[in-house]
Amino acid sequence: MQPTHSSRRILLPVRNWFIVLTLFLALLLNLIPFGRFPGIPDWVALVLAFWCVHQPLKVGMAAGFVLGLAMDVADASVMGQHALAYVLLAFAAAGWSRRVLWFPLSQQALHVLPMFLGMQLVMMVARMLSGAEFPGVLWFLSSFTATLFWHPVTYLLLMPQFRPEDKDVHRPI
Amino acid sequence: MSVVGHAPPPFFKRGPAPLVRLAFFVSLSLALLIADLRFHTLEWARLAVATVAWPLQRATWMPIDAAGDLGTYVVRQSTLLRENEELRRRQLGTANLLLRQQHLEQENMRLRALLDMRARLPVEGRIAEILYAARDPFSRRVIIDKGSQQGISAGQAVVDDIGVIGQVARVFPLTAEVLLLTDKDQAIPVAVQRNGLRAVLAGAGAGMMELRFLAANAEVLVGDILVTSGLDGVYLPGLPVAKVVKIDRDSSYSFARIACAPLAGVERHGLALVLGARTALPPQPDDAPASVEQSARGKRVKKKAR
Repeated sequence: MQPTHSSRRILLPVRNWFIVLTLFLALLLNLIPFGRFPGIPDWVALVLAFWCVHQPLKVGMAAGFVLGLAMDVADASVMGQHALAYVLLAFAAAGWSRRVLWFPLSQQALHVLPMFLGMQLVMMVARMLSGAEFPGVLWFLSSFTATLFWHPVTYLLLMPQFRPEDKDVHRPI
Repeated sequence: MSVVGHAPPPFFKRGPAPLVRLAFFVSLSLALLIADLRFHTLEWARLAVATVAWPLQRATWMPIDAAGDLGTYVVRQSTLLRENEELRRRQLGTANLLLRQQHLEQENMRLRALLDMRARLPVEGRIAEILYAARDPFSRRVIIDKGSQQGISAGQAVVDDIGVIGQVARVFPLTAEVLLLTDKDQAIPVAVQRNGLRAVLAGAGAGMMELRFLAANAEVLVGDILVTSGLDGVYLPGLPVAKVVKIDRDSSYSFARIACAPLAGVERHGLALVLGARTALPPQPDDAPASVEQSARGKRVKKKAR
């Protein structure tokens, strides 16, 4: 496995407990009460999309569903709202994984942005059909900040898999 | 390679196809959504998960709490002194009213006893701290730090030092969710303080409220104070709720559009008072052709309960 398909670095295999740990930490980050402050990224969606892109065989829609239920309770929102959005996000991310990984990181982020926006749109439609108020355009800002975090999060989450580059001048290959 | 009637075994077992899995999980989520929105049958699941997640949630507040503590620690002494002065002045200003209120309450009780009316129940309150605003951007809710362990139950009114904030919507063992007045689902029966005109005030989102179903020529003025009318049996009568800020009397609509702003610090944080549950009003008199005397009695009972 490489960081991107065009990269020449070979990564160590991912550890399962690390995936679980990062998803759990993202859930904790989401529990921090920022209230209605705009532009706080949805950490769970970000980390979930990352693992769905990089490890589509290990993390998928089931993880999205469970995390979504946890978020529904934590957010005091309607049960199933986040679950639905995260399942669709996981499906899109895993389906696009082979395409996304061919691009450099900045263009990967551009691929992920419509997924986050679509996720927020799904949540908004689900709630507004049931008569909730429009949360305001600023609410969509969190997708853009999450996109900005794609670059650092990639390095952060792949860090345990990198191994030191040892260059041997006698063996150029 | 395939033999007739036999597909070759798959190299890698990956379970059902992605589209099948997607359909399964999406239908499951939609079922949950409908069950929660339509039938409200998932409160037990929410209660269980929230109880388990409570310590975690508490742990994640630590950085925020620490930042807040640091902020209050470095507040300058002059600010504190000024605040202290202000509070003392306000207390002196209200002391007069409070002293007289005790006298008035006793007088009221004596008069009610003379008139042989049911005594008004003294209302007990419970002070709670507003912990944070719920993250859900589609509704206006705050979380308070008292729950069913402290005797809070759903439906109780929540007020602050100026007026009504909202109503307890959901109770967990150690916390409770308060639905704010500005939420779109919240409605409260009010009366205009100046002339006693009764109406229904509903949340309009974006921190505002709307006085609904009043005729275009209704006697409401900008600046009128709206107080609870107490007809619903939840809120005590006479609590200040909102102030009329804008009236749009368009003759093409049959109702006037009246925008109101909440008086209490509905969207601010701090301490709040959860009022005890009011006793239920007597049932509505039947519309069936009962005797006139019975319906008259029903009306009188209702009036007493106010």
